[in-house]
Amino acid sequence: MPRYFTEDHEWIEVDGDTATIGITDYAQGQLGDIVFVEVPSAGTALAKGKEAAVVESVKAASDVFSPVSGTVTQGNAALEDDPALVNSAPESDGWFFKLTMADKGELAGLMDEEKYKDFVATL
Amino acid sequence: MRYLPLTDADRAAMLGVIGATSIDALFADVPRELYLAGPIDGLPTHASELAVERHMAALAAKNLSAGEAPFFLGAGAYRHHIPASVDHLIQRGEFLTSYTPYQPEIAQGTLQMLFEFQTQVARLFGCAVANASMYDGSTACWEAIAMAGRVTRRSKVLLSNGLHPHYVSTARTMARFNGDAVDYAEPALTAETDFARLATAVDGETGCVVVQYPDILGRVGDMTALADACHAAGALLVAVVTEPVALGALRSPGEMGADIVVGEGQAIGVGLQYGGPYLGLFAIRDAKHVRQMPGRLCGETVDAEGKRGFVLTLSTREQHIRREKATSNICTNSGLCALAFSVHLTLLGEKGLRALAAENHRLACLAAGRLAKVGGVEVLNDAFFNEFTITVPAESRQLVRDLADKGILAGVSLGRLYPDGDRRENGIVVAVTETVTEEDIERLASALEEALA
Amino acid sequence: MNAPNVSGWKPGTPEAPSGPAGIETVTGNRGLMLEEPLIFEIGGADTCGVDLPEPAGETDRLGGLARSEPIGLPGLSEPETVRHYTRLSRQNYAIDCGIFPLGSCTMKHNPRLNEKIARLPGFCDLHPLQPEATVQGALGVIDELARWLLALTGMHSVAMSPKAGAHGELCGILCIRAALEARGDARSVILVPESAHGTNPATAAFAGYAVENIPATAEGRVDLAALKARLAPDVAAVMITNPNTCGLFERDMKAISDAVHAAGALVYCDGANFNAIVGRVRPGDLGIDAMHINLHKTFSTPHGGGGPGSGPVVLSEALTPFAPLPFVRKAGDSFELIEEEDGAEAAPRTFGRMAAFNGQMGMFTRALAYILSHGIDGLRQVSGDAVLGANYLLRSLDDVLDAPFGGSGPCMHEALFSDQGFAEGIATLDLAKALIDEGFHPMTMYFPLVVHGAMLVEPTECESKASLDQFILALRALAARAKAGDESLRQAPRLAPRRRLDETLAARKPVLTYEGD
Repeated sequence: MPRYFTEDHEWIEVDGDTATIGITDYAQGQLGDIVFVEVPSAGTALAKGKEAAVVESVKAASDVFSPVSGTVTQGNAALEDDPALVNSAPESDGWFFKLTMADKGELAGLMDEEKYKDFVATL
Repeated sequence: MRYLPLTDADRAAMLGVIGATSIDALFADVPRELYLAGPIDGLPTHASELAVERHMAALAAKNLSAGEAPFFLGAGAYRHHIPASVDHLIQRGEFLTSYTPYQPEIAQGTLQMLFEFQTQVARLFGCAVANASMYDGSTACWEAIAMAGRVTRRSKVLLSNGLHPHYVSTARTMARFNGDAVDYAEPALTAETDFARLATAVDGETGCVVVQYPDILGRVGDMTALADACHAAGALLVAVVTEPVALGALRSPGEMGADIVVGEGQAIGVGLQYGGPYLGLFAIRDAKHVRQMPGRLCGETVDAEGKRGFVLTLSTREQHIRREKATSNICTNSGLCALAFSVHLTLLGEKGLRALAAENHRLACLAAGRLAKVGGVEVLNDAFFNEFTITVPAESRQLVRDLADKGILAGVSLGRLYPDGDRRENGIVVAVTETVTEEDIERLASALEEALA
Repeated sequence: MNAPNVSGWKPGTPEAPSGPAGIETVTGNRGLMLEEPLIFEIGGADTCGVDLPEPAGETDRLGGLARSEPIGLPGLSEPETVRHYTRLSRQNYAIDCGIFPLGSCTMKHNPRLNEKIARLPGFCDLHPLQPEATVQGALGVIDELARWLLALTGMHSVAMSPKAGAHGELCGILCIRAALEARGDARSVILVPESAHGTNPATAAFAGYAVENIPATAEGRVDLAALKARLAPDVAAVMITNPNTCGLFERDMKAISDAVHAAGALVYCDGANFNAIVGRVRPGDLGIDAMHINLHKTFSTPHGGGGPGSGPVVLSEALTPFAPLPFVRKAGDSFELIEEEDGAEAAPRTFGRMAAFNGQMGMFTRALAYILSHGIDGLRQVSGDAVLGANYLLRSLDDVLDAPFGGSGPCMHEALFSDQGFAEGIATLDLAKALIDEGFHPMTMYFPLVVHGAMLVEPTECESKASLDQFILALRALAARAKAGDESLRQAPRLAPRRRLDETLAARKPVLTYEGD
């Protein structure tokens, strides 16, 4: 399934009208040990580029923005007991939330994996 | 100047290393017209310890201290006997002159003390978690209201008429700026608390109900039914304890269902100090709300060799990380006062606190009985701990001033607490702690008899 | 997401120790380094260090609310209590032990005269609600300290009631909000430099404002042009720290204030760094409208392991009418305490009360004793020696540590370094933990956020040259090891009462109370 990336280090995997969103391996490496994740609850309306979740390490709290607009269908409940999943499996089991997209056209501005790798190399 | 170690030779050598000609040259970034060329006019120059002591002692001598008179003031600040070791221990330099324990490897003294303190407060209040202290009871109270607002996402606040008027005033100030709707009316002089009225008033728009226990008139009430009513409506119950010694005799607010319990810890270890610094206590009954708590939290962990140690934790709630999204802007806690509280409470222990509370209550009952026999005086309360309200056939604020002129500190007049309330102008709140003797009680009673004759 | 980890600080589970574990002892004690259990592990429900009458079991008037369940509070005898807390205290570093070079904290010597004065019964045994006639000396202390603060700052009035610096910030911002609302011009935004202390945006948000950043110039100061470009009718105030958190004096402060006032907004100054300029610059001359003063920083009241503080706020004439209750007023030969009932006449536009009672009296007596001891000549020497010491550190270290603003002139009372030049894998954190092994408390780390791996060093005026030289010696050696990539730095500290603690575990699985029996 196609995967896209933002310059803010979120990834989004698209399956029809549903998308799964998380943060990238680069981001989790920068943050260090994750201690807490606040995910949105089902039914929350999100706007592209606006705050959707919060990820905390011991000494930092970062907002995670939604790459697209939509309605949340599920927050990853596993992160409540095991926030370390974000460190060990950021781009698989450590996903943050799923949503139903409002406008698939918003995907057009996002990077693919190659472009994101190039982008990270410049940082 | 005894606090400045550098000598002129040192200064010259340091300037040499820096490559500057004078200390003034180091202030080159200050625009010349704003840089004061010399000492500000009209202010005294340095003074010896002896001179400073004389000056300050003269100011101290103009005050009538609690130890110099029969003393019956309470209303949110209580005079208890502090064992001699407490003051010595808090003056150990490693406690007095240390900082917030941000480098835990060399701050285990402070951190372990805070962990013990948090546990003591949580157990006293009947709660799951307490924080590492706040400025005082009144700011802890409005932080509790703010927290209830975050948790319930509601902005209506019901304040019991038994809440200390300064706490009410503080909460109203904050509400003026954050848009909360605060419902409050001053108390009528009845023996009962207003918990029953509050239980019917709480509704689906209420964020929290705030009660005081014992309240400003010394009344004690069972808040269990009120807690149930709050929870049924989706609101939180906040209980305020301004006299923590009371919890050596009374059931805790946590066990009666209060969700957030806050208080003033001054009564244990800290002393009167004309109003500050005091000690804000803050606890939550259910640990699930811990991430919404303001203030510092100390937690247990292990070090790299597996030894138990303590650290400040859950810091991402706080200002230095979350900045504008913090749960509060608080930075400083009341660390040294928390230490004093903890040391005193350790010396007392369970047995001592219960005995202290029993002695307070015994003397208060004695005093209430004796004052009830003074012609014209009525004791308002059926139930109380160490503080009760009397009504007198006179304007009580003036009466209290007159008694002070005669060397008796008789209590806090309701005229002082409620300057607008004509129905309360005859009331005095009288506190009786273990520092009050039976002679003091007799002197107060006689003085009242004389004044009211 | 936001740029992850602007500061460069990265937490982790501490690494297991390498090398010999050291001498093992049966008790776990090591000479004078003594382990100490929790009171819950050594105390008892029936042990008591206070002699009290046995409860006689009389009928009570507690309204049926007598506590029946055990509370769970352990007691200790007096000797055990003294020993417990003495042993704990010895695990703490403190100003009394050595230099405490925390930038922005001003960890100066806490004079013991302050403690003696604060404990005079005529001060410490006074109830805040006593009749005014019985507390004229206390009101006199508050008045005298207030007059000193006004003279030193050149401002119009001072609110003495805030309980700490952050509380003072709130006071100042609420005065500003009340003033703007009173003229029918409520605004919604406060501008704060990126380098500001976290309490600044937290306070602004708490007071109901949206917070926006003001950028800094390459020289580490507020970008005046950028600020002017942003000033608009929606900006209520700017919050400036001067000297700023990079340890530099904001040369354009007067121009900043003028521009802000011209736009109809007000200037809040964070006074945390007042130690750099006390007696030499009056913030009032810089055009500010409100400034909190941390008595526990500039004026030597003790930090006490984290508090209590005291944060009086000096105010301009424009903000004076909105100052909170209560306050002290001179009336002929005596002093009055103006509270709610007098407010209508004496302070009709006050924004209200911020806390119960009358302010941090115990800190007022200490601060006044300190100010009287130094006098105006001593206070001027305080700022001089503070700035001298910081520049001495800066110039003694800037060949081995990167000082991002060291090239643009002298610093004020604190010197700022970055981790530039450290070998890959060595962080500011590692150097700081190695400083502990050398017998020092580390400097402020990772603040301000605008410098990567920031190290902010404030010696204060209370360090002897010998003390500074020893600190320089240690830092030079550690800087060399950091640049050489010495991995052993990551094992530090090795000699402190504890090794690095697992803060990740403490946050993932919080244990905040003792859970045993």
